[in-house]
Amino acid sequence: MNEANNKLDTNTFIKGLWKENPVFVQVLGMCPVLAVTNSATNGMAMGLATAFVLIMSSTLVSLLRNFIPKQVRIATFILIIATFVTVAEYLIQAISIDIHKALGAFISLIVVNCLILGRAEAFASKNSVGKSILDATGMGVGFTFALLCLGGVREILGTGTFFGIQILGASFEPWILMILPGGGFFTLGAWLLLFNYMKERKAAKMQEATA
Amino acid sequence: MNVLNKTLEIRTSPHLKSAVSTDQIMMHVVIALVPTTLFAIYAFGLAALLILSVTTFTAILTEHIYCRLNNKETTITDWSAAITGLLLGLTLPPALPLWMAALGSVASIALVKLLFGGLGYNIFNPALGGRAILQAAFPVAITTWHPAFLADRFSSIPSSSFAWPFTTGTYDAVAGATPLGNMKFNQVSTDVTDMAMGLTSGSVGETSAVLILLGGAYLVARNMMNWKIPVVIFITVAILSGIVNFFNPNTPTPMFMLLSGGMMLGAVFMATDMVSSPVTDRGIIAYSVIIGIMVTVIRLWGGLPEGMMYAVLMGNAVSPLLNRSLKSRVYGTGKKGGAK
Amino acid sequence: MNQAELDKLVEAPNSWHMVRALAGIGLMCALLIVTTYELTFETIKQNKAEVLERAIFKVVPGAQSKTTFIVKDGQVEKLQGESNSGLKYYAGYDDSGKLIGVALEAAGQGFQDIVRVLYGFSPDKQAIVGMEVLESKETPGLGDKIEKDETFLKNFEALDVSLNESGDNLKNEIIFVKNGTKANPWELDGITGATISSKAIAAILQASASQNMPFLNQNIENFKQQ
Repeated sequence: MNEANNKLDTNTFIKGLWKENPVFVQVLGMCPVLAVTNSATNGMAMGLATAFVLIMSSTLVSLLRNFIPKQVRIATFILIIATFVTVAEYLIQAISIDIHKALGAFISLIVVNCLILGRAEAFASKNSVGKSILDATGMGVGFTFALLCLGGVREILGTGTFFGIQILGASFEPWILMILPGGGFFTLGAWLLLFNYMKERKAAKMQEATA
Repeated sequence: MNVLNKTLEIRTSPHLKSAVSTDQIMMHVVIALVPTTLFAIYAFGLAALLILSVTTFTAILTEHIYCRLNNKETTITDWSAAITGLLLGLTLPPALPLWMAALGSVASIALVKLLFGGLGYNIFNPALGGRAILQAAFPVAITTWHPAFLADRFSSIPSSSFAWPFTTGTYDAVAGATPLGNMKFNQVSTDVTDMAMGLTSGSVGETSAVLILLGGAYLVARNMMNWKIPVVIFITVAILSGIVNFFNPNTPTPMFMLLSGGMMLGAVFMATDMVSSPVTDRGIIAYSVIIGIMVTVIRLWGGLPEGMMYAVLMGNAVSPLLNRSLKSRVYGTGKKGGAK
Repeated sequence: MNQAELDKLVEAPNSWHMVRALAGIGLMCALLIVTTYELTFETIKQNKAEVLERAIFKVVPGAQSKTTFIVKDGQVEKLQGESNSGLKYYAGYDDSGKLIGVALEAAGQGFQDIVRVLYGFSPDKQAIVGMEVLESKETPGLGDKIEKDETFLKNFEALDVSLNESGDNLKNEIIFVKNGTKANPWELDGITGATISSKAIAAILQASASQNMPFLNQNIENFKQQ
């Protein structure tokens, strides 16, 4: 990475949403992705909490990037990430105890979400604050979007509701499997299939165009 | 481009093959299943006929479409998809909504078999894998039993069978619990001869122990089934439950354990699946003992009344490990060391 | 990686810089956490109290206010401040300050894990008048019916827990019966498809009630002052 290239372009933001989506493309942070996406609300809450930690820690890491010696950078990043996870945990409790209960231990486990450390190490520690915020926001939104995709599908099939609102009539037979951990794997597999299929089709089209 | 499309055939051992081909074996399995299937239709009437047709047909269709999508030659002609569908149908409750049966069939073939690479590569028995998915998805529907030998079973179909896709079935006749359920939740035992003859409620094809054994005997006589698997499972279960029953007479007797639920169907037709069971003799013994122990443990102390499905799936899961750790000694090598 | 960065890596680590960075950032993080803790402390406390209060008012229908009691050396006392140890009794009162029920927690093994419930006891009716599951990991769609199933929750409109003549135990044990066969007020009508979970609730309530009801009845006067 070149420090001189500090132009804030939209690609820094957009890539996290689609081309380098943390879940569907990079397959990072699978623990919360599979564990807490049994409803759209939980998926979104987890996504937003992670995005919050990601943005805040990226900002701070980027601000301090010239102050942190290389040898202790990982320890420092973890310290910063853990701080914001603790802050997020208090904030969630203050907003709603119910969400805190639903997310349970997985809030604390944001610390070990490799997405966050990955962005700190690969991007924020080498780029300007503005760019880092943009990158972290893109990745955070992409992560939230992915968790919402999973949570939405699992909630609709597993309980017939979406964000708690009944959408599939009373006679709908819920697929209990979908809100169990196994359903997380099935849904993730289906989404990855879709993403890879679209990617391949796009690549094939590009090849056709150039040929 | 296609270098490998020449006549030169490269393959790993074994190089000596028996003359019997896959589709011949599969055909004999179908023959072995005929008595059980006919009895199932006799006991549950049109409901059973419908569910078996739906699962078999959906399985074949799924396999065919999957091969088409992958631009491969269709593999439905080897009968294995049909058998998976039929076996799945035999493990389902008779009045299960047909859309669920179809879904289970798709899951069996597509998720449990084809995604792992098709016949010969699947880790788990496809029919049981599909049933496990159904059990997890629709736990209530899959434990709602239909009474056997209803007077109008050949003239009317239970209304739950035709529930619209994605909707809950409305059941018009719900049978009491199966013998296992009665034992577990109400401490009521069922007459052993009734269970042997298949006069109880239960899944479509699991009720008649005698006919399943008959089918198994046919396959053993044709040398197409490893008789050790069911025999070791039965012995393990009988010994274990015998010991427990000796100390606590409230638990089921060995005879009850052997004749109830999916024990016979699972041990004879599912656990013996050539693909998902170990290959060595010692591996097979260990595999069967594991299944026998698991099913007894789940039935006696688990939360569920029946454990045959999970027991066989667990056996499947450990069989690659058994293959590796219980290898037959390579001829000509010492007892220790062996061929590295 | 450019030359300058490479040089930086090869350079002998300057321990003063490392200590400075770690200590500085550590201090900053500590400050941040403490600030957030202080700022959110009151709201979180309020939220937690509200959740508890909501549950209490649900299991003691008609209650408008509550007071928490604990037992200290066999003596019922009003809880002063915070306490995390021991069983708490939440007494619920109506508008006029009359005691209408006492809520208490009970826990026991369910199908998957420990199930924690809060139930309300009405001294006038000598019955359990409400039950709420606080925490359970029962199978979604099956075991979790103990939280939602309406016919099951009807059991707790008036579940008889009156005492025997000597007053040291329940007259009739709370027992589980199969769905639709409830004949007596102390029987718990089970849920089809969630037999084990509903049985667990019966066992939890039986254990807790037989232990607590004699004590509650003896000391009921102590709960009357708000």
